[in-house]
Amino acid sequence: MTLPSPLLSAFRQALSEAWAGGAGVLLPFGFFAGTAVLVPFTMGSDPDLLAKIGPGVLWLALALASLVTLERVFQADLQDGALDLWVQEDGSISQIAAVKTLAHWLISGLPLVLLTPLLGMMLQVPATQTVPAMVAYALGGLTFFLWGGVAAALSASVARGGLLIALIALPFYLPTVIFGTLALDEGLGGTSILFLAASTLFALGVAPAAMGAALRLAAD
Amino acid sequence: MSDPALIEGRGLGAVRGERVLFQDVSLAVQGGDGMVLRGANGSGKTTLLRQLAGLSEPQAGTVQRTTNHHWIGHSNGLKPHETPRSHLANWARVWGSEIEVEDVLLQMQMHRPADVPCRLISAGQKRRTGLGRLLLVPRDIWLLDEPFNALDADGQALLAGMIATHRAGGGAVIAALHGTAPIEVSDEVVL
Amino acid sequence: MWSILANPHRFMAFSRYAVPVCYAIGTALFGWAMYQALWVVPSDAYQGGDIIRAMFIHVPSAWLCMGLYLGLAGSSFVWFIWRHELADIAARAIAPIGAGYTALCLATGSIWGKPTWGTWWLWDDARMMSVLVLFFLFLGYMALRAAMETRQKAARAGAILAMVGAVNVPLIKFSVDIWSSLHQGPSVIRAEGPAMAAVYLNPLLISFLGQGLIVAAMVFTLMRAEVFGQQADALMARRLSEG
Repeated sequence: MTLPSPLLSAFRQALSEAWAGGAGVLLPFGFFAGTAVLVPFTMGSDPDLLAKIGPGVLWLALALASLVTLERVFQADLQDGALDLWVQEDGSISQIAAVKTLAHWLISGLPLVLLTPLLGMMLQVPATQTVPAMVAYALGGLTFFLWGGVAAALSASVARGGLLIALIALPFYLPTVIFGTLALDEGLGGTSILFLAASTLFALGVAPAAMGAALRLAAD
Repeated sequence: MSDPALIEGRGLGAVRGERVLFQDVSLAVQGGDGMVLRGANGSGKTTLLRQLAGLSEPQAGTVQRTTNHHWIGHSNGLKPHETPRSHLANWARVWGSEIEVEDVLLQMQMHRPADVPCRLISAGQKRRTGLGRLLLVPRDIWLLDEPFNALDADGQALLAGMIATHRAGGGAVIAALHGTAPIEVSDEVVL
Repeated sequence: MWSILANPHRFMAFSRYAVPVCYAIGTALFGWAMYQALWVVPSDAYQGGDIIRAMFIHVPSAWLCMGLYLGLAGSSFVWFIWRHELADIAARAIAPIGAGYTALCLATGSIWGKPTWGTWWLWDDARMMSVLVLFFLFLGYMALRAAMETRQKAARAGAILAMVGAVNVPLIKFSVDIWSSLHQGPSVIRAEGPAMAAVYLNPLLISFLGQGLIVAAMVFTLMRAEVFGQQADALMARRLSEG
């Protein structure tokens, strides 16, 4: 299967943009780890407490990392004029938006999943469920990026969009957070991981169309 | 002029907030035409051009294009991390262009800074890179928003030559301009 | 009916009388329901005594919150497809009232919760959490509109967000239900239900009707203010351009 050339080019451009914009994966790594590492200093170092809240802390850090990454994704396109060019492509802007979001997730979202076992260990989370947890974090992270992408596309023309993106995206993050947290308890055999995957698919179906409409508006 | 218009706008209007920018603007261009949009700052030249390009929704009227167009806006569409070469190569891929990017770079006299990231090149060089997109694939309509901005005398002559060649080959140009136009104007719309 | 009202002139003519009528009937019905609630309805020992009287504000307000969000999504959809100016004016008017009503619903729920659950705030109650999400959806909608440069852009951005929100609400509701069902908290009050005695049900429904009419009147009032505001803006713009 080959992607149509506009989508492939958009994907490549977004990949190199994401890579160049955040010192490769180092900046997302740093933000994610920094957020998680701050928690024991605010909550105390009691191992039982940390083991209990650790998975939730990682979900929170993942959500925040997606919001911080997404703030500039479409805003930069709007300001440097690339959005004008993409909107005029015959290929649908929705698909291009989806491909761009995917590229940014690959650079700034997916690598964070690799970091979760390490941070989990530091937060005293028992290492019995490492693989199911990583699957859940990966699915959840993608869903965060998709809904966050909608919020980012809607706020692309807003000068200080970051706060607005967080407010808009918050309700849409809720199912992911709930299913994701439950999936960590249940493992791969439970139903929650299926619900999580279903909500990711739902986001894949709905979010691109909304991003497309929002980007047309931003270009207007 | 019995040829069908390449691009035609009928009864176009634009509203910003509660302010009417322009209303009832109709225009049409055929192959070989060079139309210039004029008007004071804030009169809606850019908005009209964006409506013709399909970027902005007209609040009134319709736009009909019979063919594809090239768009050069205020911003050149360059990413800070891209080089002129990678930018042109990227869009050549998007549009399935057969043209050698190297030739375009030479023609735009951008072969020397071709591998410098765009955040480091001058405004005029950025504009030349953006204008290079016009040469990647032949398209009958060129929509240009203040295309001579930031260009030196050399670059202005270069662009005027490109526009003349394009029109001689049956293409049409609609440009929003202020100041004297270094191109031969066949039609003028004043907002 | 709504297509007739899509014409602003007809809407203005209609709402001019509809607003005071809705306020009057709504206040009368709500007043009667409050009288019933405070003096006629017996206190309920099982559900925490006199606090049952809060139900007659709280439960209808929860229903209205859902209704208001449906209204927001519906009018956004109408605006997005048909570009009826008035649909956007309606969406814009519904948002602050929806935010206020969800806040009221959360406040009354919290007051009701204190004696029944023993706490002001119970994260495990799915319905409270759903209303909380609605509250944030309304807030986000208002913030997005406020951040847009022009009225036209605000309308478009708001419509997109409201529609995305509407398709997400079932999923959010579902996830919140699952979440609260796993944390078996104190038994949730099941106030509504077919088995409810008429002495409770009648004031409840009348209160809902009365509050609904008052909300409709408030929405119409804000819509009228917006139409007047736009007319004034247009007049100012014309004067300015004429010099």
